[in-house]
Amino acid sequence: MQTHDAKRVAIIIEAPMEKRLTRALDQADVTGYSILDVKGGSGRSGRWSGAGHIGSANGMVQVVCIIRPEKLDGLLESVFSVVDKHIGVVSVSDCQVLRAERF
Amino acid sequence: MDGILSLALANLTSPLILSFVLGFVAALARSDLTFPEAAAKALSLYLLFAIGFKGGVSVSDHGVDGSLGLALLAGVVLSFLLPIIGFPVLRTISGLDRTNAAVVAAHYGSISIVTFVAGTSVLESQGIASEGYMVAVAAAMEAPAILSALWLISRGEGDRRMDAELWREILLNGSIVLLIGSFFIGMITGQDGLREIESFIVSPFKGALCIFLLDMGLIAGRGLRGRGGGLSLGVVAFGIIMPLIGASLGAGTGVLLGLTTGGVMLMMVLCASASYIAVPAAMRVAVPEADAGIYLTLSLAITFPFNLALGLPIYLAVAKALTGA
Repeated sequence: MQTHDAKRVAIIIEAPMEKRLTRALDQADVTGYSILDVKGGSGRSGRWSGAGHIGSANGMVQVVCIIRPEKLDGLLESVFSVVDKHIGVVSVSDCQVLRAERF
Repeated sequence: MDGILSLALANLTSPLILSFVLGFVAALARSDLTFPEAAAKALSLYLLFAIGFKGGVSVSDHGVDGSLGLALLAGVVLSFLLPIIGFPVLRTISGLDRTNAAVVAAHYGSISIVTFVAGTSVLESQGIASEGYMVAVAAAMEAPAILSALWLISRGEGDRRMDAELWREILLNGSIVLLIGSFFIGMITGQDGLREIESFIVSPFKGALCIFLLDMGLIAGRGLRGRGGGLSLGVVAFGIIMPLIGASLGAGTGVLLGLTTGGVMLMMVLCASASYIAVPAAMRVAVPEADAGIYLTLSLAITFPFNLALGLPIYLAVAKALTGA
């Protein structure tokens, strides 16, 4: 089956920043994204867990989007304007998609 | 002194505190006991609705007078002031930098609604009435401290402002909306409304609070295990000294306002408690360079357990002494 090159951008960021990040993605003409809860983890501030917390302050979310390679630079600029000073990880990886027109 | 000791003993052996201790010890012992996030959120919604509704019913029973406005105003002023008082204390005893000290201090100007709920539960178990509108005072005290923190940071590092979106998120956060909304429902429907849903919001209240405090114990224990050792002695000391400073100001304000014994105690609780929902979320956005490990751990793992186990009986005993009850 024919596949097409695409970029998968995964951004893990503090939960209170979620809306600001997704707005930046919308402004960067991303056609879609998925938001995933992050259960817990470990980083420079030590281990953390979202279990049992009722506020968003202790939580992280992962926002994943798949885009055409030529859109990557514009998207990263938009994303960086949001995540610049915040805790989080931005990763980019190559992937293949079946229906390129959707991205 | 005997009064404080007997109150403290009764408090420490109550189901509420023992539930918290169970969670705390389980977390420290690395038990796999966990509380689903969705269940914790559902319980918190229930507790907020119940406490807001009951406060509204109490106001409908006694009517609205000028004391409500004065108490609201006093709450807002105290929320602004407490971080400004706490900031130099924290800087002196801990040596924290300006940004982190301002952010930590902001948590002590805002409130912990769970501590407030536990305070009302202690009053109920003692058969002591309080002003129903203290729920509204609690809601009013959530946000002003955030402005004080930004002002304290601005004095050293240039202008700091919050955008309109952050304002909206703070003022319309779920806790405030539910607390104020259920308060108005209680005020409008009064005793008739209470009779209709009494079996849901009165009888199961303490049991639900026990389960919620079990979860809080787990969170506090995990926080202490994870980052507690990284807090300096000065910072930990602040987590215990600042509630006492706040409670003293709350006590003076409550007496000046002419509040009842229960009202004075709740004003002390509001001034002594530290936020762990609204302020940390706002600080994550507005002051990302501040260390969340310090302010969340201090608020949840030091100040909250202190207030719950020792603070509440102390505040009640002081309120009784001051009002001659």
